[in-house]
Amino acid sequence: MSTLPNAEQLFQQLCQQIKPLIQENTALIGIHSGGAWLMQRLLDTLTVQPVHGTLDVSFYRDDYLQRGLHHEPKPSNIAFDVQDRHIILIDDVFYTGRTIRAAMNELFDYGRPASITLAVLINRGGQELPIAPQICVHHMQVAQNQNIQLLQHADGSFYLELEDC
Amino acid sequence: MEVSILNWKTADMYNPQLDKDGNLKHLLTIEGLPKKILNQILDTAESFVGVAEREVKKVPLLRGKTVCNLFFENSTRTRTTFEIAAKRLSADVISLNVSTSSQSKGETILDTINNLTAMHADMFVVRHAQSGAAHMIAKHVAPHIHVINAGDGRHAHPTQGLLDVFTIRHYKPDMHNLKVAIVGDILHSRVARSEIHALTTLGVPEIRVIAPKTLLPEQVEKLGVHVYHDVNQGLKDVDVVMMLRLQNERMAGAMLPSSQEFFKTYGLTPEKLALAKPDAIVMHPGPMNRGVEIDSAVADGKQSVILPQVTYGIAVRMAVMSILAGNPS
Repeated sequence: MSTLPNAEQLFQQLCQQIKPLIQENTALIGIHSGGAWLMQRLLDTLTVQPVHGTLDVSFYRDDYLQRGLHHEPKPSNIAFDVQDRHIILIDDVFYTGRTIRAAMNELFDYGRPASITLAVLINRGGQELPIAPQICVHHMQVAQNQNIQLLQHADGSFYLELEDC
Repeated sequence: MEVSILNWKTADMYNPQLDKDGNLKHLLTIEGLPKKILNQILDTAESFVGVAEREVKKVPLLRGKTVCNLFFENSTRTRTTFEIAAKRLSADVISLNVSTSSQSKGETILDTINNLTAMHADMFVVRHAQSGAAHMIAKHVAPHIHVINAGDGRHAHPTQGLLDVFTIRHYKPDMHNLKVAIVGDILHSRVARSEIHALTTLGVPEIRVIAPKTLLPEQVEKLGVHVYHDVNQGLKDVDVVMMLRLQNERMAGAMLPSSQEFFKTYGLTPEKLALAKPDAIVMHPGPMNRGVEIDSAVADGKQSVILPQVTYGIAVRMAVMSILAGNPS
């Protein structure tokens, strides 16, 4: 198991790769919680703010019947017209692809976007669906019985944690 | 007709709402529901509010599930909101007005339930004039089936209580600093009872009930509420005014001189509302008797949140159904 990368450095690289893609018709969407934090920090660095929103995929998860609604869902907040937008979907860790599938299903209930680009900090391996991020700043292998999590210090800076699950 | 607080007790009733892990299995009454579950329902409902504002007002959670609305007693609004809630969760919904179907041919409630179970129903939403009906059904259904009480006699109407609390929390998020007044026919109201339990659990420090003696259950103060017979005193400085419907159809015998007399003394007029805090909200579970318990100027006024209550009722029912269906046996 390699040591964990510096989350702040990864975040800076992620910003560098996302920024050139932002145009007039672009919208940023962060997936709760990590993706929403990344998006907010990214927005803080931008002079012109693109339209943006957050998604919580709890109501679209494919494991609802096994796991129920145990964690508290947060409201999805997409206060703009999704129709014909170029969406940049931001998440912290890419794993099986199921969260992204759920997020895309939810997004299409708001309208038909022109395109969706997936940007993530880390691809931890373990993809189960034909879905992959177009932007990913770090690849690593995390064992199935472990979870890698993006967390935030009180000052807003990011760090990563590996825990057994 | 004497109705005492004892009729309101359910201690002797089987209470199978929670499974062995403390998760919600059925929703029968707010009484005894832990704060954690109340908050889970209210927080989840918050997320469902936005769904109704989207292009596609549906989420796929209950896809492939069948929800049966069993209304042994009529209630168009409650049935409609449950039906919409289930449909927005992508469930298949069947609404049965049982009072006009097999019950009138002599079938027992449990036979009706067993027949619907044989048709692979997953959830029953039950409204019945008899207190305890939903408990009885919950006790007898197969383990994978969930039951929601949509009103049983004078006992409870938990989703109405929850949507009222949701509305209060939405407009007045600091629940620990509120004065809430419940005005009118407390005696016949299953809503009042559900609400008092929920508000108490969530830490509302002052709940007042305002009604003539004939419309209050005996020893109502044992629920921890302050009793007022004078509406002018009771409404002073409250943050929330919750009007109840004068339940004419439940008034066996003359408990009041007349509905006009009731309006004069207890009906919420702009003058009486002026006694409450200037930003107080006015609520009513519906259907309203304009000119009996509430003046039209108040019902349609800017402090009224009566229609938002209806809207939030759908989100709250979606939350309850999705939490139940996500807790497999």
